[in-house]
Amino acid sequence: MSQPPGVRLSPMLTRGLAPKASECDDAPVQRTRHLTESRPGGKASRAPLRCRCEHCAQLARTSGRLLLALGLLLTLTGCGEPPWNNPYPAAQAGQQILYSAFNERPKHLDPVRSYSANEYGFLAQIYEPPLQYHFLKRPYTLIPLTAAEIPTERFLDADGDPLPDDAPIDAIATTEYLIRIRPGILYQPHPAFATDADGRHLYHALPRRQIARLRTLDDLPETGTRELTSADYVYQIKRLATPWLHSPIAGLMGTHIQGFSELAERISAAAPSVGNGQRPFFDLNQVPFDGAEVIDRYSYVVRVNGRYPQFLYWLAMPFFAPMPWEAEALYAQPGMAANNLVLDWYPVGTGPFMLTENNPNLRMTLTRNPNFHGESYPTEGMPEDAAAGLLADAGTALPMIDQAIFSLEKENIPYWNKFLQGFYDSSGITSDAFDQAVQFDAEGNAGLTPEMRERGIALFTAVDTSIFYMGFNMADPLIGGDSERARLLRRAISIAVDFDEFISIFRNGRGAAAHGPIPPGIFGHREGAAGINSYVFDWQGGRAVRRDIEEARALMTQAGYRDGRDPASGRPLTIYFEFADAGPDSRPLLNWMRRQFARIGIELVVRATDYNRFQEKMRKGTGQVFMWGWNADYPDPENFLFLLYGPNAKLDGGENAANYRNPEFDTRFERMKNMDDGPERQAIIDEMVELVRRDAPWSFGFYPKSFSLHHQWLYNVKPNQMANNTLKYRRLDPALREELRTAWNQPVIWPLGALLALLVAGAVPAIGVARRRERSRAR
Amino acid sequence: MTAYIIRRVLYAIPILIGVNLITFMLFFVVNSPDDMARMQLGDRRVTEEAVVNWKAERGYDRPLLFNSEAAGLDRVTETIFFQKSLRLFAFQFGASDSGRNIGYDISQRMWPSLAIALPVLLVGLAINISYALMIVFFRATYIDIGSVVLLVAMMSISGLFYIISGQFLIGKLFHLVPISGYDTGLDAIKFLVLPVLVGVIAGIGSGTRLYRTFFLEEVNRDYVRTARAKGLRERVVLFRHVLQNALIPILTGVVAVLPLLFMGALITESFFGIPGLGSYTIDAIAAQDFAIVRAMVFLGSVLYILGLILTDISYTLVDPRVRLS
Repeated sequence: MSQPPGVRLSPMLTRGLAPKASECDDAPVQRTRHLTESRPGGKASRAPLRCRCEHCAQLARTSGRLLLALGLLLTLTGCGEPPWNNPYPAAQAGQQILYSAFNERPKHLDPVRSYSANEYGFLAQIYEPPLQYHFLKRPYTLIPLTAAEIPTERFLDADGDPLPDDAPIDAIATTEYLIRIRPGILYQPHPAFATDADGRHLYHALPRRQIARLRTLDDLPETGTRELTSADYVYQIKRLATPWLHSPIAGLMGTHIQGFSELAERISAAAPSVGNGQRPFFDLNQVPFDGAEVIDRYSYVVRVNGRYPQFLYWLAMPFFAPMPWEAEALYAQPGMAANNLVLDWYPVGTGPFMLTENNPNLRMTLTRNPNFHGESYPTEGMPEDAAAGLLADAGTALPMIDQAIFSLEKENIPYWNKFLQGFYDSSGITSDAFDQAVQFDAEGNAGLTPEMRERGIALFTAVDTSIFYMGFNMADPLIGGDSERARLLRRAISIAVDFDEFISIFRNGRGAAAHGPIPPGIFGHREGAAGINSYVFDWQGGRAVRRDIEEARALMTQAGYRDGRDPASGRPLTIYFEFADAGPDSRPLLNWMRRQFARIGIELVVRATDYNRFQEKMRKGTGQVFMWGWNADYPDPENFLFLLYGPNAKLDGGENAANYRNPEFDTRFERMKNMDDGPERQAIIDEMVELVRRDAPWSFGFYPKSFSLHHQWLYNVKPNQMANNTLKYRRLDPALREELRTAWNQPVIWPLGALLALLVAGAVPAIGVARRRERSRAR
Repeated sequence: MTAYIIRRVLYAIPILIGVNLITFMLFFVVNSPDDMARMQLGDRRVTEEAVVNWKAERGYDRPLLFNSEAAGLDRVTETIFFQKSLRLFAFQFGASDSGRNIGYDISQRMWPSLAIALPVLLVGLAINISYALMIVFFRATYIDIGSVVLLVAMMSISGLFYIISGQFLIGKLFHLVPISGYDTGLDAIKFLVLPVLVGVIAGIGSGTRLYRTFFLEEVNRDYVRTARAKGLRERVVLFRHVLQNALIPILTGVVAVLPLLFMGALITESFFGIPGLGSYTIDAIAAQDFAIVRAMVFLGSVLYILGLILTDISYTLVDPRVRLS
C-alpha cells in the first residue's frame, strides 16, 4: 500500500530538526567548560536557574524559530490532503467497494450448519438456493433464484397415486415438489474444479507433504468451474441428514422429508470411519434416497410427508443451496483440516459474490463472481418505492458493486466513529450513540439529529419479524394451568408490566408493543382496533391504551390475591423471574421489572443466571416467569404459532417454552399450518390468537424495531427482514464518498505542535537547571 | 546451571498438571458438555440426539475426572480430563470445539499480539527509564514532587480510559491515525501507532514510579558517593553507575514478561480490532470453547514458567555474584 501523502511530512520534519539535535549532542562538553570558566568561585544555587550564556541564548533562539516554523508547517499541512486516518489502502480509493463490519466471526460458513444472521450475511451472497425473496415487494414474496419457476405441489395418496389439488389434507400421504433449475449456471472459480487436460481433478489427490504446506486456498493456483446441476441440490439435502455434519434442522427435516431419518442411518452405516482425525471423503451420490431424487440434469424432486406448504420457504434458505461433491472431495483430504482448509471456512457457490479473503480474525472480502449467471434489478416494487428512488436501477445487471469488505470491529465505539468518519457505508445504532443519531418529534416519530442530517445520513426503520415476550410456565402450579385463578393472575401481570415503558426506557423507543404472537409483516397479523389485545388494552382515540393498573389490581382480587397477598400466608405473593443475564448491566432492567410487579403487590424474586442455566431451567420447566424471543425463519404465521403448540412443549424437547397446551388451539393449529393464505386461514388464526390472549401464557411484550443509518453515497437500501442476499442490489457513488471522507477527516496537527512546544518550553529551562546543578556538584 | 534448569523444567510438570486441573474444574463447574454442545449447535431446533452425537464425536461423552465404569488404569485415562490434557504436553492443541485447528490459529494470531506488545515494552522501557532518571536527577525538587503526583494519578486511571481517550482524541478529533483495525506487513504500522502510544502512556505511571524507586535506592549507595567524590558529573554518575546497577532488577523484571508478550493484551486487542491472542482467548471464553481456553491457559502457564527460568538465568548474567545451584 502506498503511504498517505500526509505521512510524507515526517521525514521532512526530521531533516529540519536533525542537524540541530546533533549540535546539541556535541555541545555539552564545551558548554560546561565555558560555564565553569565564566563563574569562578561561584556557589551552586537553588534559585531559579537561567543560563545567560551565548550558547544557551542561541539554543533558546533556535528553539523559538523551530517552534514557529513547525507551527506554520503543521498548520499548513493537511489542508486538502487525503485522510491520514483512512484504514484502507489508498489504491482502493474511488472503487466500487462497499465497506462494512462484523463484530463476531462467523462460526460456520457451511450452509448445512449455518443458522444465524451474521453467518447468513456472508453465505447468502455466495450460495444460491432455488428460491429467494423479492427485494422490494411486501408482504414478503418468494421468487425463483436458480429455479426456473416456483415449484408446484403434487399430492399423492398412500399408494402413490396422484390426488387433485383440492384433496383433503388427511388423504395426502406425500407432497412432491418438482424443482427445475435454469441451465447454464456456473460455479465460482475454485480449485476443487481444476482439471488437467485429461479431465482429471488436479487437487483431489494431493500428496500429504504438499497439503501440509498449504495455508490458504490461494496456494492452489489453478481453478476451474462447472455447470450447476440438480444433483448438487440433492447432494446438499443428503448432507443435511449426514450425522457428523450436525445440521440444526436435521431433526425438523426428519419429520417432514420422506425417508430422511433412514437416510441418516444409511449414511452412517456406509461411510468410512474417521482416520487420523479426519473423515475420508464419502460420496453421498452413491446413497439412494427417496426423499430427494434427481430427475434429469436440471430437475429434481423432493418428497414431503403429508402436506407442508412452509417447505417452499425452506427452499429459500442456504440449507437447501447446492453443494458440488468436488468441494467435499477437495477438503476431505488428510491434512486439510489441520490447516483449517475446510468447507466450513471456504464456501463454493454460484452466487454474485465469492469469498476471496477469509480471515475472520481481521477481514472478510466478498468479490464479484466472474462466472455469475446474471440477474437484473427488480422492475417492480411497492407504490412508494419509485418515489424513494428504489426503482431507479430497474433492469440493471446485478451485482452493482465489485467488492464488499467486512472488517472485524468488536467494539461499538470505534465502529460508530468510523462510520461517522465515512469509513463504513452503513451502521446500526447502539444505545450509547442513539441520542447522538436519533431524536423523536412530538408525535413520537423517529428522525435524525441535525448533526446526522448535516452529513447527509439517512435513517431506515423497520419492525422486525421477531417478538420478545414474557412467558408464564404453564406447568407451574402457581402461575400456570388452566384454572380461572391462574388465568386472572397472568392477565393482571400482563396489564401491570408496561412494555411501552420498557421500550421507551430500555430500547430507546425501538419497538412496538405486541398484541399477539404474530409480528407485523406476517400473514395473520392485524393492525388497528381489530388487532388489539382487549384483555390488556383499550382502543381509545385511535390508538391502543393499556388498561389502568386498578383493573389489574381488581383482577388480582378476583384471583384471590387481594392487594397482591397470598391468602394462604397473608404475605405478598412471591413470583420467581428467570433471567438470562447476571451481569451488572441488567440491574436497571430487573429493578424496573420488580417495580412493575410491585404495582399489583407481587414480590418478584429475580433468579438471574447465565444463558446455559436459563436454557436448562426452560428445558426442565422449573421456571415461573421468563423473557424470551423468537426470530422468524420464514414469513408464515405457523413459524410463530408453533411456539404455543402443545406437542411442541419445551418439556417434550420443542420450542414451546411456556409449555402451553390447549386442545382447542392445537386442533386449529394443525388445520391452519397446512392452509394457504386467505380469509379462511385468517379466521382460524384470529381464533387462535384470541385463545392465547384469553389464556395469557405469554404477556406479548414487543416487536423490536431495527434502526439503521446509511451514508448518502449508498443507494438501493430497503430493510428486508427475510432476504439476506441483498448485497447484490446495492449501488455506490465512490467519488462522492472520497470527497466527503476527505472533507470530514482533515488531519488536525496543531496539537502535535503544541505538545512539541510544551516539551521544548519545558526542556529549555530544565537543561539550564541541569547544567547549573551539574556544574555546582562538579566543584 | 544445566542441572538447575533441568530441575526447574521437571518442577514445571506438576505445576502444569495442577494448572490444567484447576482450569478444567473451573470451566466445567460453569459449563457442562451439554452446554458446550448447545453453544456450538445453536439453540434453535436442536434435538437431544444432536447433542449426544456432538459430545460423542468430540469425546465429551466420557466422565469428567473418574470413570467408575472402567477398570484399572482406564478409570483415570478414559476421562475427559486425561484425554484432553495429555496431548497438551506435546503441544498438540487439537481442534477447537467449533472445528478449527488451534495450533494453526495460535501461529497466525501471535504475531499481531507481538507487534503491539514488543514496541510497547521497548518504547515504554526507554521512556520510563529516561523519565525516572530525570526525576532522580531533579530529586527533592518541585519536578520530583510534581512528577510523582502525576505518576500516581496516571497509575490510578483505568486502562480503558486511556484507550477510549486515545481513540477519541487522536483518531476521532485529530484524524491522525485510524481509530481501529489492522493489516499485514508494513501496512500494519499506521494501525499500531495508536495502540502502542496508548500502551506506553498507560504504563508510564507504574513503570516510572517503580524505576524511580530502583534508582533512588542506588543513588544513595556508597559507590555513588565515591563516584561523586572522584569529581564525576551527576550525569555520568547516573548513566554510568546508577543506571547500570539498577538495571539488574529492571532487566529481570523485563525478562520475566518477555514470553508473555505472545499472549496478547485482552482489552487493547478488542478495542483496536487487533487479531491477536488476547482477543482469541476472550472470544473462546465467550463462546465456551473449552479446547481453546484450555490451550491458552496451558500456553500461558508454560510461558510464565519459561519467563521465570529465564529470569533466574538472567540474574547470573548481569550479576556475577549470583550462582544457580
